[in-house]
Amino acid sequence: MAQNGKPTSKSNGKSNGTRNGDAAPWVGRKLKRKEDPRLIQGISHYTDDLKLPRMLHCVLVRSPYAHAEVGAIRTDAARAVHGVVGVFTAEDVSSIGMVPCAIQMPDLKVPKHPVLATERVRYVGEPVAVVVAEDLYAARDAAELVEVDYEPLHVITNMEKALGNETSYVHEEFRSNKAFTHALKNGDIAAAFKKADRVVKQRMINQRLAPIAMETRAVLAEYLPGEKRLTVWNSTQIPHLLRTQISVMLGLPETAVRVIAPEVGGGFGSKLNVYAEDGIVPWLAMKLGRPVRWSETRRENFASTIHGRDTINDVELAVKKDGTVLGLRVRILADLGAYHQLLTPLIPQLTALMLAGCYKFPAIDIEIQGVFTNKMSTDAYRGAGRPEATYIVERIMDIAAHELNIDSAEFRLKNFPQSKEFPFNTVTGLTYDSAKYQESLKKALQLAGYDALRRRQKNGLKQGKYYGVGVSTYVEICAIGPSAATPAGGWESATVRIEPTGKVTLLTGASPHGQGEETTFAQLIADQLGIDPDDVNVVHGDTLAVPYGIGTFGSRATAVGGTAAYLATQKLKAKLATLAAHLLGAKPGDITIGRRVLTAKGSKKSIPFREVVMAAYTARSIPAGFEPGLEATHFFEPSNFTFPFGAHIASVEVDPETGEVKLEKYVAVDDCGNVLNPLLVDGQIQGGIAQGIGQAMWEELIYNEEGQLVTGTLMDYALPKAHFLPNFTLDRTVTPSPVNPMGVKGVGEAGTIASTPCMVNAVCDALASLGIRHIEMPLKPERVWQAISHAQAAPREPEPLLVGALAASAARKNAQKPARRRT
Amino acid sequence: MKNVTITINGAEQQAQVEPRLLLVHYLREVAGLTGTHIGCETSLCGACTVLMDGRAVKSCTVLAVQADGHKIGTVEGLANGGQLHAIQEGFWEEHGLQCGFCTPGMLMCSHDLLAQHPSPTDSEIREAINGNLCRCTGYEHIVNAVKSAARKMTKRVSARAA
Repeated sequence: MAQNGKPTSKSNGKSNGTRNGDAAPWVGRKLKRKEDPRLIQGISHYTDDLKLPRMLHCVLVRSPYAHAEVGAIRTDAARAVHGVVGVFTAEDVSSIGMVPCAIQMPDLKVPKHPVLATERVRYVGEPVAVVVAEDLYAARDAAELVEVDYEPLHVITNMEKALGNETSYVHEEFRSNKAFTHALKNGDIAAAFKKADRVVKQRMINQRLAPIAMETRAVLAEYLPGEKRLTVWNSTQIPHLLRTQISVMLGLPETAVRVIAPEVGGGFGSKLNVYAEDGIVPWLAMKLGRPVRWSETRRENFASTIHGRDTINDVELAVKKDGTVLGLRVRILADLGAYHQLLTPLIPQLTALMLAGCYKFPAIDIEIQGVFTNKMSTDAYRGAGRPEATYIVERIMDIAAHELNIDSAEFRLKNFPQSKEFPFNTVTGLTYDSAKYQESLKKALQLAGYDALRRRQKNGLKQGKYYGVGVSTYVEICAIGPSAATPAGGWESATVRIEPTGKVTLLTGASPHGQGEETTFAQLIADQLGIDPDDVNVVHGDTLAVPYGIGTFGSRATAVGGTAAYLATQKLKAKLATLAAHLLGAKPGDITIGRRVLTAKGSKKSIPFREVVMAAYTARSIPAGFEPGLEATHFFEPSNFTFPFGAHIASVEVDPETGEVKLEKYVAVDDCGNVLNPLLVDGQIQGGIAQGIGQAMWEELIYNEEGQLVTGTLMDYALPKAHFLPNFTLDRTVTPSPVNPMGVKGVGEAGTIASTPCMVNAVCDALASLGIRHIEMPLKPERVWQAISHAQAAPREPEPLLVGALAASAARKNAQKPARRRT
Repeated sequence: MKNVTITINGAEQQAQVEPRLLLVHYLREVAGLTGTHIGCETSLCGACTVLMDGRAVKSCTVLAVQADGHKIGTVEGLANGGQLHAIQEGFWEEHGLQCGFCTPGMLMCSHDLLAQHPSPTDSEIREAINGNLCRCTGYEHIVNAVKSAARKMTKRVSARAA
């Protein structure tokens, strides 16, 4: 794909970051990030940058086989390497608990998942031994000398083969490769399909992806036997949940474990997990009485850090000829890999929940089967279930629009709920909080110059030019979430402390890793207290400093963690008002908080913010019963999820000779509710769009029949590069959420969710005149070229299933029209 | 073991190293400069990009012994006495980073680009940082950051000339 020469990026951010006078709120400004100075000077610390006295290095020995019996493991040669301190296998670490899965569902098969493989290995990259040495080079040398006897077994990589005619199993004890079945049915689906003029069917595959945070996973552990304290530095999105799991795996009191997430170099869901190494490295530090550090190589990151997506979807849409959707039937096979990681079985269920998309489906019928294969586990990868759902819905809507010969934007507009219908109850049982789907799509159409694009497309065909316009809308489920719907609590914590000098410390349970919460949370607190963001120090990621928290994932940090900070600040405002009223001889209800000053309404009496704060600490003049100090904690439990939404439009040209796709224009109109910092919201959306386009166009993890990961390096797995992409045209609508007091929704995953179907819709739209209705991702030139070649060579195939009167009318039409080729 | 003398950010350092020691490991583990990151060790991600005699190299595919007698510039050497380099300012002002892990490599790569081409086009910037992967930003703000830096540097050069 070539780059568009003309950058068209624009944004509707409402301020430029400079102060427009004292009254202007900090929230809503394009403020530069507080975290950046240390990052741009190379003086921040990621886990692998930390070095402790007497620190050892460890390297995992991993299985080169996808499925094999593990025989003898010979470690003598490895132990003989100069500098090697120890080599450990499954027997040695048998006291470490299993790698945990947090999901409970009826009939879910949960295999044993030891930190080092015992009798069998079940995927390439599964750890079988660990080598510890004085330096990394010695540890790597020694790891190569560990000899393991493997007896290869039948390898299962194909989900349909794994379920049909089962003769071999990933886990013998289950006598089945099916891990679970999950059904979600609502409305009269039989009637919907009976009433339909047309049933639009398509199988579509959501390929396996690698999250690829630029910082791979890393763990550093130190145990102080005197203090009985295990400290673990870990590149994680969930320090507290990890602390709990480490204490369970190692049988330690949770109070003896401190987890610190230092600078974390991206996660995208891959660090929302608990891995074997998270137990092994602390165990080694305790066993050897010395600090131990492990850093994943990129090769290991591909093979042994969770993957995303990997589903086969059979989709049927029942629709009337006027374009009214009646029902959706979806059958999903979800490739779970060999073991369950923390949330593995949850992800397909999120897909089911979101399959209503932005549309009013009267009936839905979803059945998902989770399948074990000899691959690495799938789990939460940016979007986690929602990109899969949006892809299914937005692709089938586009295919249906083409079949019904209705404009794809019109077709969507017809089936949206109106904004007055919100809160809107979906057929999948969710309540969407607030939205204006029509407004957002119309804005995108206008920005893209949709009508002109369609005209150009039509005219282009006459000159042999294949232009395509992709439309995709989306709704995502964010602010995860009400605790009843989550495995480990869906709330978030915040402690706000105004220190004696008037500086503020925020301790947040959200654990950011690039999202910029040190800045946005400081902005929202600064507005509440009449101070500057620079006066607010945001502390996160240290379980000894911060109250128990859940973490940053699922576009939840601002809507849940930010709200916790906001509400804790409200408690302090009430306390400040009480004290100021006492000091001024006024009523607390009459106190207003201005810029660094508290004023009694109706009088000219005021007192500087710092004096009130100091008075709370000196406590010499406080009202009776007033608790000294200024610290408040709030655990915010959301009443519902939030549902950001938007509309994206891609304009492409496909070269029919080479299959190359040129992305000419990409327009995104997103609505994440109220915006704390437009600069950061744009950054999240741009990054998300790039990642979603990555899935549509280039990225694919391929396991061959032997279960070898064929695209397991950055040479073979095509991550989006700078010159693959144009600038994007961004705009917003703002529909505040009623679920939290700031009206915020979340934005971390939006771009990734919309852009994948948008790109595929655009490419398939460009080639529709050739009879091409669907091409599987990624749309590499080779694959597009093959689709074009097949379309041009293929004999005419029967039209898709037509029902009733429409079938007869279509038959009449076809009799008059030249044959249309289909792939 | 081999003796090497490497000038890092203007300061000459001597050390005894294994011949197979990668420059990136030398910088991080021997010289203690952890601003240069390791993202792949196979020269594909660019996180470890540093300057060798002013030109961008991926320090995971340079041996420390190959840097013997050469000048190495790392991210820690960009700011001058607390004054941020124009490229650093550009990345800060234009939100050219999120998690920050690829950033040191991006900065050093941009440094090389702007030394060769003081006012590159968008397309030239995208080509130049092609060997540096970023998973967070989608690159657009990075392109803006480099353009912003180019404007500042040109302005400062002309101010000095005037």
